[in-house]
Amino acid sequence: MKYYDIVIIGGGPAGLAAAVAARKNGAESILILERDKELGGILNQCIHNGFGLHTFQEELTGPEYAARFITQVKELQIEYRLHTMVMDISSDKIVTAMNREEGMFQIQAKAVILAMGCRERSRGALNIPGYRPAGIFSAGTAQRLVNIEGYLPGRKVVILGSGDIGLIMARRMTLEGAEVQVVAELMPYSGGLKRNIVQCLDDFGIPLKLSHTVVDIKGKERVEGITLAEVDEKGKPIPGTEEEYECDTLLLSVGLIPENELSRGMGVDLNPITSGPKVNESLETSLEGVFACGNVLHVHDLVDFVSEEAAAAGRNAADYICHHKTSDEIQDRCLQQNTIQLSTENGIRYTVPSEIRMEYMPEELTVRFRVGGVYKNCYISCYFDGERILHRRRPVVAPGEMEQIKLTREQLAKYPLLEKITLKIEEA
Amino acid sequence: MEKYDVLIIGAGVTGTAVARELSRYQLKIGVLEREEDVCCGTSKANSAIVHAGYDAEPGTLKAKMNVRGNQLIGELAQELDFPFRRNGSLVLCLDEKQYPALQKLYEKGIANGVKELRILSREEVLEMEPNVTDQVVAALYAPTGGIVCPFHMTIAFAENACENGVTFHFNTEVKTIFRKQVADAAESPEQTDIEKMYLPHDTGTWQLVTSSGIFEAKCIINAAGIYADYFHNMVSEKKIHITPRKGEYCLLDKTAGTHVDHTIFALPGKFGKGVLVTPTVHGNLLIGPTATDIENKEGINTTREGLDEVLTKSTASVKNIPTRQVITSFAGLRAHSDGDDFIIEEAVKDFIDCAGIESPGLSSAPAIGEMVAEILRKKYALQEKDNFISTRKGMKDFQKMTLEERNEQIRHNPAYGNIICRCEMVTEGEIMDAIHRPLGARSLDGIKRRTRAGMGRCQAGFCSPRTMEILARELQIPIEEITKSGRNSQIIKGTNKSSFVDTFKEENRI
Amino acid sequence: METRNLICIGCPMGCPLTVRLKDGEVLAVEGNTCKRGAEYGKKEVTNPTRIVTTTVRVNGGTENMVSVKTREDIPKDKIFDCIRALRNITIPAPVHIGDVILHDVAHTGVDIVATKNIER
Repeated sequence: MKYYDIVIIGGGPAGLAAAVAARKNGAESILILERDKELGGILNQCIHNGFGLHTFQEELTGPEYAARFITQVKELQIEYRLHTMVMDISSDKIVTAMNREEGMFQIQAKAVILAMGCRERSRGALNIPGYRPAGIFSAGTAQRLVNIEGYLPGRKVVILGSGDIGLIMARRMTLEGAEVQVVAELMPYSGGLKRNIVQCLDDFGIPLKLSHTVVDIKGKERVEGITLAEVDEKGKPIPGTEEEYECDTLLLSVGLIPENELSRGMGVDLNPITSGPKVNESLETSLEGVFACGNVLHVHDLVDFVSEEAAAAGRNAADYICHHKTSDEIQDRCLQQNTIQLSTENGIRYTVPSEIRMEYMPEELTVRFRVGGVYKNCYISCYFDGERILHRRRPVVAPGEMEQIKLTREQLAKYPLLEKITLKIEEA
Repeated sequence: MEKYDVLIIGAGVTGTAVARELSRYQLKIGVLEREEDVCCGTSKANSAIVHAGYDAEPGTLKAKMNVRGNQLIGELAQELDFPFRRNGSLVLCLDEKQYPALQKLYEKGIANGVKELRILSREEVLEMEPNVTDQVVAALYAPTGGIVCPFHMTIAFAENACENGVTFHFNTEVKTIFRKQVADAAESPEQTDIEKMYLPHDTGTWQLVTSSGIFEAKCIINAAGIYADYFHNMVSEKKIHITPRKGEYCLLDKTAGTHVDHTIFALPGKFGKGVLVTPTVHGNLLIGPTATDIENKEGINTTREGLDEVLTKSTASVKNIPTRQVITSFAGLRAHSDGDDFIIEEAVKDFIDCAGIESPGLSSAPAIGEMVAEILRKKYALQEKDNFISTRKGMKDFQKMTLEERNEQIRHNPAYGNIICRCEMVTEGEIMDAIHRPLGARSLDGIKRRTRAGMGRCQAGFCSPRTMEILARELQIPIEEITKSGRNSQIIKGTNKSSFVDTFKEENRI
Repeated sequence: METRNLICIGCPMGCPLTVRLKDGEVLAVEGNTCKRGAEYGKKEVTNPTRIVTTTVRVNGGTENMVSVKTREDIPKDKIFDCIRALRNITIPAPVHIGDVILHDVAHTGVDIVATKNIER
C-alpha cells in the first residue's frame, strides 16, 4: 500500500488545475493518476484555438493551454503516473490502479479528487436504426484519429449533432480534405457556441439542418449513405421529409456523459440531471474528503471554467487535509451547521453546487448552471427563500452555454435563517 | 485444388460444433466461411440463451436437439472453457385466462424430457424476480435454462477443431457445387459445359467453386445458415426454402445487468411471440427479439419500428427497465424453414444438411454436432483418432483473478497491465492474445467478440484507435488495411490532406 | 448605406454585431461588448481573417503528428493555400511549442508555428 494525502483521478484540464491549486495551498503529498500516455487529457486532441481567453487573457489552442498547466505541475514537482488506469476506489479512499510497470497496486488517500472527465454518447444511446457498418464514429474518436494519428476517417461526411465537437470536426475534416455535406441537429437550436457555427460551418458553406435527425444508415461493410428526416416538436421523425445523403462516414456529436463509474462504485451520490456527483460549496461529494470537478461533475462548455472550478476543488481538498478534523469535531460541527439548499425552477436544469454549508462558505462562490431551452429576453432570477435578490436581464440564454452567478459570504450572512436559494428564469 | 474428406460450409455455431465433433475421427476436414472470422452470421446476433426445451413440439428434431444440447452444454462449457450459466428461465402468465396455455407448455416440456420444470405461483415469481410485472399470475420455471456467450462458444468449438487438425478457410464464399464427372459418364453432345457441371450425379467427389479457388470433398456438410437452402437446392431435386426471420435487440449497460437474474419470457399471447428480458453472461441486460419475415438474406439492419417494439414489449413482462441505458442495438436473421423444424439429414448422397437451424439452434449446437458426427461415423465407418484433444483453454479471465494472481500475469507479460478498453477493462495483453490464438482476430469486431474490447458503454469510442494500432503492429499490416469486420469495412480512408489536390478545385475556395 | 449582421467570433460569448458601411467604409459597429468585437466587425466586412489550425507530419517523434497554427490570423481566402503549403511537410522531432514550421505561409507574411511539444 502506498500513501498520499491527495490522489487526483485524471490528468486532464480538471486534474491538472486541481493539483496546482492544491499544491499552492499547502498540500505536500499529491499524486495524479492518468490513463493516457501524456497529461492534458482531451485538450491534446483539441488543436483548434479559442482556449484560455479567460484564464490567460490570450487565445490558445488546446495543447498549448494544457502545456501551461503541465509546466506548472512539473515546476511544482507534483507526482504523476501515466498509462495508469484506476480500477476501483473504495468508500474509505483506497485507490486500486494498474499499469505495466507496477502491476496492480493500492494507494490509501486522505482526500480524493475525481477528475475523470466525460465520454461521448454513442449511436446505441440514440438507437439510430439501420446497418452497423464501418464509418460511424463519435466526433471525438474522429478528432483523435485526425489530430493525433493523422488519419482521415472518411471522405464524404455527414455529421449528426451540432455540439461544439461536431462543429469543430466539420471544419477539421474539411481542412484535411474531406467533404462535409451537412450537419443535422435534432433540436430546433444548436448545442454549440455561435462562433463555432460561423467559423466552422458558415466559413465553408456547410449547411446546418435544425430539427433533423438520422433515420437510417445504409451499407453493410462501410457506410454508403444515410437518410435524414425532419422531426416534430417531440423529436419524432416526420414521414415524407426523408432526404438521402450519399456518404462514407457518419460522425456523431450527440452529447457528453460524465464518466462516473468509479464514483458510483465508491458510493458517491449522483445527480440524475447532470449524471455527476452531488456536491456542496466545497465541491465535496456525499463522501467526506472526496471532491469532484470538471466534466465528471457536469459537462462544461469552456475549459477556462473547468480550470477555475478545479482550482477551487484543489484548494478545498488541501484545506481538508491540512485541517483534518477528528470525527467528534465533525459531528459537533454538523449539529450547529446551517445548510442552505439550492433549488431550481422554471427552465433551469441544475446548479453546481446543490447545497451550501454556511460554515464553509467562501468569500465568493460561483454557482454554475444550465438552462433547459432557448429563452429570449428573459431574466435569470435568484431568490433567497421568498425574496428576489437578483434579476439579471439576458437577451438570450441557451442550453449549449453554461451560466453562472456569484454569491458572497457577506450577502448570505445577512439572511441567518435562510433555508433555500432558488434559481429560475422569469419572462420579461 | 485442395482436397478434403469433409468440407463444412459455414463457420457459425452449427458448422464449428460439427467440425469439432468430426475432428475426433481420422478425417481431413475443412471449413469454408465467406466472412473473415467465425461467428459472423446468425450465431453472432441472437438471444444468447440455452433453452430448457419446453418450446418445441414433442417429437420434433428441435425438441430432441434442444433437450440433448442443454444436457451436453454444461460439461462442454467446462471442457472448452466458454462462459455459461444456468440462470433458469421463467415463462410468465399475465392473465388467468392464459393459465391453460401455461399448463400446456409445462406438459410439452415434460413430454420433451425437460427436467425440474415447475409452475410457480405469483408470490413465488415475485419473490424470485421482484422486477417482474405486477400483472403476473403464475410462471413456468425451468431451472435448466441458461445463458451463454455465443461468440465464445463458437470460437471455442472452432479453436478446438483447429487444434485437432481442421483447416478453416476464411473469406471463402462458395459459389457453386457440383459433382466431378466420373471418366466414363455418358455425355450428351447437346449439353453445354455449364449444364454438364450442374447435372446431378450420384457418383464422384464434390467440387466446390469458391471465391478463393476450387475445393474438392467426398462429403459436404451444409451449415450455411440462412443460405442453407441455396446450397441444398443446388444439389437436390427436393427443394427446401429458408426464410430470413429478423430479430431485433437492444443491449443495455452493465449497470442494468442485475435488473433480472433469470431469463424472462412472456407466454405467447396477445403480443404474439414474446420479447424476452435476460441478463447476459457478461453482466449486461438484453431485450428482444422481434420476429419479422423478410426477403433479403443480408437484411441485418435494425428498424425504428423493430426497436420501438422491443422497448414496448419488454415492459409488458418486466417493469422499470432502464431503457436510457441502452448501449447498442442489433438485428440477426434466423433461418426459418418452411417445415418449421431443423433439417439434419443426408439430402443427397454425401451431402448432409444442417438447415433451418433457427431458435433453439444455439442450445442445440452441441447435439447437432453429435448427431452429424454419428451419421458420418455409421456411413463411412469412421475410426477415432487416438490423439484427439478434448479440452481447450479460453482467454484469461482477469475479472476472476486476485490482485496477486493478476500481478503474476503482469510480471510475466507487462502488456497485461495496460488497459486499452476502459469500459470493459480489457488489456493490451488480452488483445494480443486474441490476435495470436489459433484462428486469431483480424478485425475490430474479431477483437471485440474475443475480448469484449469495444463492447462497453462507450461502444469503442476510446479504444478503437488504440486497438487498430495493436492490430496493425501485431499483424504487420498498414493501419489503412484494418477493418471493422473484414472485406471492405476499412476504418480509415487515408491520411490527412492526402486527397487534397483532388478534392479541392479552385472554385471551391472561399 | 449598407448594414451587415454578424456574430462576433472573438470570444465564446458570440455577440450579435451590426456593422454599418458606406462605400466600403465602416461607419459604425454596434452590438459588441468589448474592443475586440469592434475590431472583428470592421475586419470581417473589409478583410476577413482567420487563425488556421491543422497538423503536420513528424518524423522520429513520440507521435506521428504535431498540431500547428498560423501565428496570427491570415486572410480567409488564403486558408486552403495555407493547407496546401503544409501538405508535403514533414519535420523531424523534437518539436516544441512556438517552433516555426514554415515561414510566410502562402505569402501571407505569417509563420506556421507548432502548438504542441513532441519529443524524440
